[in-house]
Amino acid sequence: MKPVPLHEQTVKDEKGRYQRFHGAFTGGFSAGYFNTVGTKEGWTPATFVSSRQQKAGRQNARPEDFMDEEDLGDHGIAPRQITTTADFASGRKDVIRDKARAITSLSAPIPGDTVLEDLVAPARSSMGVELLRKMGWKDGQGVGPRVKRRLCKQRADSATRAFGSASPPNGSSESQDEEDGEFLPENLTFAPKDVTPIDFTPKVDLHGLGYRGLNPLAALRGGPGAGHINLFTMDSDRTNSLFGEDRKGQRRRGGVAGQGFGVGAMEDDDEDIYHRDIMSNYDTVLGGEEPGDGLYGWTAPQQYNRTKKDAAYLGKILEGFTLASDKLETKTIFPPPNLPRDFRPVHYFRPVVDLSSVSPMVAQALQTSRGHMAQEAPSKGGRHQLDSAQRRELLGEATLQGITESLLNPSRFAPHAEQQQQEALSVWSGPTAQAQTGQTFKPFERTPHKQARYDLYIDQLKQGDRDALELSLDPTMTEWERGRERDEFVRAALLYKPSSSSLSCRFTRGKQDDGVEADTVEVTRDQENDVDDKQAAVKMKMFGKLTRDTFEWHPDNLLCKRFNIPDPYPGSGFVGMPKVKRDKFSVFNFLTVSESPTASASPAPQGNKQSPSEPGKRSRWDVSGQAGDKERKEKDPVSEFLSVARIEASGSGPEASTTDGPTTDPTVEVLVPHYYIHH
Amino acid sequence: MSFPQPKPEVPQLPQNLLRTIDCQQGAVRAVRFNADGNYLLSCGSDKSLKLWSVSRGTLLKTYSGHGYEVLDADGSYDNSQLCSCSSDKTVILWDVATGQVTRKLRGHAGKVNCVQFNEEATVILSGSIDGTVRCWDTRSRKFDPIQILDEAQDGVSSLKVSEHELLTGSVDGRVRRYDLRMGQLHVDFINSPITCVCFSADGQCTLTSSLDSTVRLLDKSTGEMLGEYTGHKMKGYKLDCCLSSKDTHVLSCSEDGHVYCWDLVEGSLMLKLPVGKAVVQSLSFHPSETRLLTAMEGRVQVWGADCTYEHGTWTK
Repeated sequence: MKPVPLHEQTVKDEKGRYQRFHGAFTGGFSAGYFNTVGTKEGWTPATFVSSRQQKAGRQNARPEDFMDEEDLGDHGIAPRQITTTADFASGRKDVIRDKARAITSLSAPIPGDTVLEDLVAPARSSMGVELLRKMGWKDGQGVGPRVKRRLCKQRADSATRAFGSASPPNGSSESQDEEDGEFLPENLTFAPKDVTPIDFTPKVDLHGLGYRGLNPLAALRGGPGAGHINLFTMDSDRTNSLFGEDRKGQRRRGGVAGQGFGVGAMEDDDEDIYHRDIMSNYDTVLGGEEPGDGLYGWTAPQQYNRTKKDAAYLGKILEGFTLASDKLETKTIFPPPNLPRDFRPVHYFRPVVDLSSVSPMVAQALQTSRGHMAQEAPSKGGRHQLDSAQRRELLGEATLQGITESLLNPSRFAPHAEQQQQEALSVWSGPTAQAQTGQTFKPFERTPHKQARYDLYIDQLKQGDRDALELSLDPTMTEWERGRERDEFVRAALLYKPSSSSLSCRFTRGKQDDGVEADTVEVTRDQENDVDDKQAAVKMKMFGKLTRDTFEWHPDNLLCKRFNIPDPYPGSGFVGMPKVKRDKFSVFNFLTVSESPTASASPAPQGNKQSPSEPGKRSRWDVSGQAGDKERKEKDPVSEFLSVARIEASGSGPEASTTDGPTTDPTVEVLVPHYYIHH
Repeated sequence: MSFPQPKPEVPQLPQNLLRTIDCQQGAVRAVRFNADGNYLLSCGSDKSLKLWSVSRGTLLKTYSGHGYEVLDADGSYDNSQLCSCSSDKTVILWDVATGQVTRKLRGHAGKVNCVQFNEEATVILSGSIDGTVRCWDTRSRKFDPIQILDEAQDGVSSLKVSEHELLTGSVDGRVRRYDLRMGQLHVDFINSPITCVCFSADGQCTLTSSLDSTVRLLDKSTGEMLGEYTGHKMKGYKLDCCLSSKDTHVLSCSEDGHVYCWDLVEGSLMLKLPVGKAVVQSLSFHPSETRLLTAMEGRVQVWGADCTYEHGTWTK
């Protein structure tokens, strides 16, 4: 190490100040004189006077004289604070000071020392309190003018009554009052009640309402409460502090107690040095806590329960809260609308088409479908009878997309005769009318001649002939009849116009569930025989082939496993009966095949036994594989017999048997039975 | 030394009332023997299912858990589980010993009329007024049925299960037999709402009772009618019918308070048990012996062929 010169052999503290050793390493210490060793003042006390007459003055040296800034700082041994002097201190209790005193009292040699201190503590009431006292105020009273007050006799009465009864009604109290009047003078007044100050301290922490935390006294106390602290009850601190006092008073008042602190050697009581926990403090089952407050609705009798609570509410009310007098408004919730089963929440707007850029047919179609029956001049009925589209034109606003025509177009109501004809013409000659196939309505079905004339009229309307009406009328009829017919035709044409009217543009085609093809539906591939045949057979008690149907049916793979059976159709992807798609309105759906599935059977009336080995998986559609003339002829008596049976069962005459086969079965198959009269 | 031939046993009829049990369950909707015939299940309209001992007539256990009337019940082959169905649209699988609900199977859209275990109690099959038969798996923890059979066009009133077949009777007048082994469905048209179906013991025939007051015996493979039994009254209520344990007789409930018993082959009425005045709702035959259970109003009657020992005297 490099030799350090003497003047650099110094010790500095963390702030760079030279440390004082008061002569410790340089020869000695001199009281009162810092670093004066070796000087002439070093061993000489400054104010020493050693004579009897001249005694030195009292040296008032406080410890603060020997302290430096570090000691007097915040973290030193004698921190300095600014406090109010006793004269100016208020009468309110200094909380922190009291806490400090309480803690020190525990550790003081005589526990409970503060009691004595309080007795001899100087009264520190403020000037305002002094003034009030001089004016006659006493501790605990309120401030304000004096009031007339009833005595507390009523309170005592209600307390002594039986449980559950209400406070005595006003009527009886009046009578009591009169009794009191004998004892009390009329002009007796009382000081008002003291007002309990409302605590306006805001809640700035994140604890729940009513949270109080652990009671430090209970935690550090020791005794029966110390071992197990139940965190899950509402009032563990309060009730413990009320009812949980030790039997022999507080043990170990001096210092903290508890399992962690042990028992001193001098203590006599050493019962609780080993903490014993009770297993009933702990749950053995994860089942959640007891709901509520564990009282199970028990309420204290009224004499013990001074707090006024609503009888309907038995739970705990948090501190600082009371029961509300007004009910909360319940929000009325309206359920959503019921959607129809096939509702699809997709709306397709019509694309915007510039009318000039399309063919006139399309333009006509678009305009008629928007509801305009006739393309008349905009202000037909004056400016008060415009519809919204016309108004839009006049105002020069942008045209709306989609459907805008209002139903209440006044041009629709009460039109004149020419107007009607005009309308009928426009309706029927539009392209939408041309597209109407197959759904024509025949209003005059009863009179074919009239219907024929009406059809002619409609056809000519479709062609756009303006004189359709005149041309279609019958010239052989009288003028009056013709006039009537004219009116009827026009009205019928208007009334039963094709469905491209204003209402139709508000409806769109419904979509099927499968979406792609709207006109197919799923049905089972194998259909039953005709029910009428079966009913006839049952009436004749001819059970067997006539009443039995056999279908292919696929059980679920798991079901076969559970039944311990091999799956009959291992590779089939579906379950149940095989289904195919058929046209919705096709005639196929209502067809039944008149022959029975077991083609090899002989007719039932002979009653012979059926061959037990039927080919199982053959369905009714496989009949064509065995079609032959022989079998056809064999089947004929069966079908013939069936028709006879049905006729007999329905009670019609024998002449019906000459009709050609069953009219209700348009057959699909090529086999058309040839009938002959059965004797 | 040759022993003499044993005399052919005259088939016995359960004509003696051995016991009447007052079930205290409201109306008894169904009464069933268990698999071995020692115990009795009674389904009450007070939503409870009760297990009784037949020989002693004592109540062994009450099973509560349904939300509405219990309509049918069945016991598993080993007597460890019960299944029951109710008007509350559920099927419940019970543990017999503890009485706990093992599974509550929901899915039917209407009241469930009939329920049965299959042979090995791995599947519960239930038929409901919604027209479907649902097959529930007892082994897995799923709550969905394995398969739903919805071929019926009206409610399913009755069903029976055999080793590989399921027989259902529907209000649409058809008896449907699902052959699981062959993968086929056979439909027999009866033209009258069906109240009860059952298999014969030999597995060759099926018995069907319908609301035209007729009980029919049909051949299983062809669908031909082998016998027709009339005389009783079944016009409006779903009443039970059954075959005796050896397929010698056909028995049916009736709305006139009697149980009718015909000879199977001849079709002649052999016995008319006077149960009471009200409608006899349900009946069940012992699996092996000549013992019959009937239910009328709130009571269950036990009938047998042997003599009864009542009040110190033997009566026949």
